[in-house]
Amino acid sequence: MSMISCEKVYMNYDSTRAVNGVTFNVEEGDFLCIVGENGTGKSTLLKGILGLQKLNSGTITFSGITKREIGYLPQRTDVQKDFPASVREVVLSGRQTKGFRLFYTAEDKRTARQNIVLMGIDDIKNKPFNELSGGQQQRVLMARALCATQKLLLLDEPTTGLDPFVTAELYKLISHLNRDHGVTVIMVTHDIRNSVEYANRILSMEHDGDFFGTTQEYMQTPAAKRIFGGDGNA
Amino acid sequence: MLDTFFRMFEYEFMLRAIIVGALVALCSALLGVTLVLKRYSMIGDGLSHVGFGALCIALAMNVAPLSVSVPIVVIAAFLLLQISENSKIKGDAAIALISSTALAVGVIVTSMTTGINSDVNGYMFGSILAMSDTDVLVSIILSAAVLVLYVVFYNKIFAVTFDESFARATGTKTKTYNTLISLLTAITIVIGMRIMGAMLISSLVIFPALTSMRVCRSFRNVVVTSAIVSVVCFFVGLFVSFAYSMPAGASVVAVNAAAFLSFSVVGMIKRRVS
Repeated sequence: MSMISCEKVYMNYDSTRAVNGVTFNVEEGDFLCIVGENGTGKSTLLKGILGLQKLNSGTITFSGITKREIGYLPQRTDVQKDFPASVREVVLSGRQTKGFRLFYTAEDKRTARQNIVLMGIDDIKNKPFNELSGGQQQRVLMARALCATQKLLLLDEPTTGLDPFVTAELYKLISHLNRDHGVTVIMVTHDIRNSVEYANRILSMEHDGDFFGTTQEYMQTPAAKRIFGGDGNA
Repeated sequence: MLDTFFRMFEYEFMLRAIIVGALVALCSALLGVTLVLKRYSMIGDGLSHVGFGALCIALAMNVAPLSVSVPIVVIAAFLLLQISENSKIKGDAAIALISSTALAVGVIVTSMTTGINSDVNGYMFGSILAMSDTDVLVSIILSAAVLVLYVVFYNKIFAVTFDESFARATGTKTKTYNTLISLLTAITIVIGMRIMGAMLISSLVIFPALTSMRVCRSFRNVVVTSAIVSVVCFFVGLFVSFAYSMPAGASVVAVNAAAFLSFSVVGMIKRRVS
């Protein structure tokens, strides 16, 4: 049984069709990248998986995982630009998914500390979130997501607005979580080159049809050949 | 000076104003942090205008002001929240529509019945004479409820304010908390506008949060500092108003503005130094 299976999912963005009968599976330990042009419904699909938006038809089934075991890294919002919050406060808030808390427990704090160390942000843990660089902010939000779960991480264009070096670091970090900590990763991204380097599965959403398969299979598709050149050996 | 300060507590109406005002200052400061950060400051302003309309109707019907205005403003709060959630840009305009309509209704009702008298003037710009014993009791109960709910749900409120999509995606019922915030705001505004006035109450929501954000850099410090700043500003404002016979609401706002300026300067120096 797959961890997540999507069967013929149709979804709208505003009132136009965005997700057009997508079918794919995510197994435990997968690193799936959802790639495609703007307006092909990548983020909408992610919202569907997270239950933030209703499906028009089709089914998404989870197995061996509950909604409270999903770690999510949303696109950064305007609100956060001038939001006064320390790194520690942000990371700890990931533990809210464990149910109602008047105060955070010792275990909450321990988990938060572990993830802060894991993300390499120990030296900035008392700094204000909104004064960090883009890459540091994403690490903080990843630490928060990991406080919610160690099973499944959903990331919505985490590298948007980051420079190539920071982007590469972030991919390495995500890949490390996936390989060495067994975190299943689903990531929406524009960055096809990094996707094929790190992901083992690709869901490519294009206006003229979707593709789902392993990264090797993806390299043989016309879309990939268009990007990487004729023989598809990236 | 000190003599004047203590004389302030000898009058029963002052004592009532102090108790209710301090509680409102505290509640509005706490809620204000969330409202300002969520870009909902305008909701506070809109609600106070609706409150004005409701008070005018209560006056015309000759019934207890709080019994009419609390339910009406609470309903308006739900409506405004719904509007601002569903459409970002139109929400602003919709709030302006609702608040000016409510203001117009208030003025029409007043002109058809009592005319603009000192009661109505008090609703607009506040009056420390406004509180009856029942009002004080109701205010204390309502503010206590606001305080307890805020403290109990503090962590959730942080999570929902900082990142609503994350909270929602990971199973927090964000709608419930947004509703809770607007409900608490509605109650606080209705209680506070008797003293502060419909035109001035929203400053009590917005000023303390912005003031503390000049200097503080973590959410908890911002919340605690705005609560302290708000209550201190209220006391100073009320004292100035008492000592120099100035209108209470306007004095409190003036003191808040002064606090904002001095915190801005401190914040600027702090950033230069570090």
